[in-house]
Amino acid sequence: MNNSHDEATARSTESHGVERTVAAIWRIESARIIATLTRLTGDFGLAEDLAQEAVIDALRQWPEQGVPRNPASWLTAVAKRKAIDGFRRRERLDQRLAVMGQELEREQESAVDELPWDPDEIDDDVLRLVFISCHPVLAREARVALTLRVVGGLSSEEIGRAFLLPVATVQQRIVRAKKTLAAAQVPFEVPSHGELPKRLGSVLGVLYLIFNEGHTASSGTDWMRPELGQEAARLARGLAALMPKEPEVHGLLALMELTAARFPARVDAKGEPVLLADQDRQRWDQGKISRGRQVLERADALGRGRGAYCLQAAIARCHALAPNIEETDWDQIVVLYEALGRLAPSPVVELNRAAAVAMATGPESALRIIDGIRATGALRRYHLLPATRAELLLRLGREEEARLEFALAASLAGNERERALLQAKAAGS
Amino acid sequence: MKFMLIMRATDEGVKAYQEIPFEQIIEDMGKYNESMMKAGVMLAGEGLSDAAEGSVVDFSSEEPLVTDGPYGETKELFNGFWIIEVSSKEEAIQWAKRAPLGTGALLEVRRVHGPEDFPADNEWIQKEEGWREEQAQRGQA
Repeated sequence: MNNSHDEATARSTESHGVERTVAAIWRIESARIIATLTRLTGDFGLAEDLAQEAVIDALRQWPEQGVPRNPASWLTAVAKRKAIDGFRRRERLDQRLAVMGQELEREQESAVDELPWDPDEIDDDVLRLVFISCHPVLAREARVALTLRVVGGLSSEEIGRAFLLPVATVQQRIVRAKKTLAAAQVPFEVPSHGELPKRLGSVLGVLYLIFNEGHTASSGTDWMRPELGQEAARLARGLAALMPKEPEVHGLLALMELTAARFPARVDAKGEPVLLADQDRQRWDQGKISRGRQVLERADALGRGRGAYCLQAAIARCHALAPNIEETDWDQIVVLYEALGRLAPSPVVELNRAAAVAMATGPESALRIIDGIRATGALRRYHLLPATRAELLLRLGREEEARLEFALAASLAGNERERALLQAKAAGS
Repeated sequence: MKFMLIMRATDEGVKAYQEIPFEQIIEDMGKYNESMMKAGVMLAGEGLSDAAEGSVVDFSSEEPLVTDGPYGETKELFNGFWIIEVSSKEEAIQWAKRAPLGTGALLEVRRVHGPEDFPADNEWIQKEEGWREEQAQRGQA
């Protein structure tokens, strides 16, 4: 490994600065380091432990010795040495140990700029890491925590902060997830062709979940936590680079860009939510809109049709391109929701279709769709069903009924700011 | 957080760069860009053509003064940029340090303004708030 340290860095940086540098390096390298270690040890849980231990060593040693020129090699080599020590202790002198020993020796002789992994294999290894972190054998919250920590390089503290969870809970989820994966003997592999659509669906679902948690925080006092949205987009962007031929990966990324473009306009000066119709569209992020459009075009250019994420991205694009709510292409949005409903029938999609129909044809036909949803008994605890119904009733001049629906919606809303907004409407202000 | 990595070079750096085979530069830059794309951090990146093709518009005098490039005695030339989205300045610096650049090259790391820099209580938005309240009151009357 590389022993030449950047002395200037060592002199100028105090230990606090080094901590931030270690965190930054870890954000960049964690996926590749853990993927490499998993391939070498054949044990994902062990690989993650080793990598974390290497980070602890870095935090101890770098303030004294300076940050190494090639920090990824340093971290990987330290983790490998720990793996070898561990195997020796448990007297598991097998083939893997020999391979790692040879690699360590070779790396010590090799140049400083040498990569600690095989450039031809690393992308696949990172993909394997993504698929194992989002494996269906895990509970959804475990997939989220594991993906953010292992692929995203976030610390348990950062994940806890983002999800308003105690650090201990996050750590528990990760420990349990690793045990579950080991018990189920989940292989470190990219799913085979036949299995891929379903498994990719799970991966995209995890990223979308992370994004949505940033988009509308499901609990707590903040309306949005944009850094989670950013993290999800980063993961999606990376996945799109690794799987450029999968339209839905691009679709999800496009959906995130086009939705996040509206973030700056979604709260007012007092931190209150501003609904789409009232948003100041000049505050929408044009850079994100243009990136989202480009990514959606890339998905369409693959010529494999539009999946659920591409369709939702196309809907978001209709909004992004419209100068205001009235001049939005609602007919197009209705068509897109119909397509989405055929592909993935869901009462939430149906509710959104109703909202679009209200704009395209009028509140009466929309009200019929919503009453249809209600008749099935679906979405009884979902605040947006009565909230949407209330808005339609208002447009029809049925104010008393509208107030009752707003009150029902307020009682179901999980987000405090959203609840306050609905209560105000229920009070008729 | 968005950062712009601004590539600059001294005349000497530009000369040194011109001695590297073009294919090599393309390959190194391609690899660097790819690594940032696979990490999901790269939003944009462009290289600029030779300064000889450029012009400078100088606003020191009343009428903006246009000078065609090359600009004679220059210390540093602006050659290209990347825009990356990362979680900290340290991370931006780590990416900058990986750029395939050599002697005479400088890479400036600058944060790009985001919505967080434009507080929602600025004058323009307050005006709009006032207008909205007025509309609401009018609606109730």
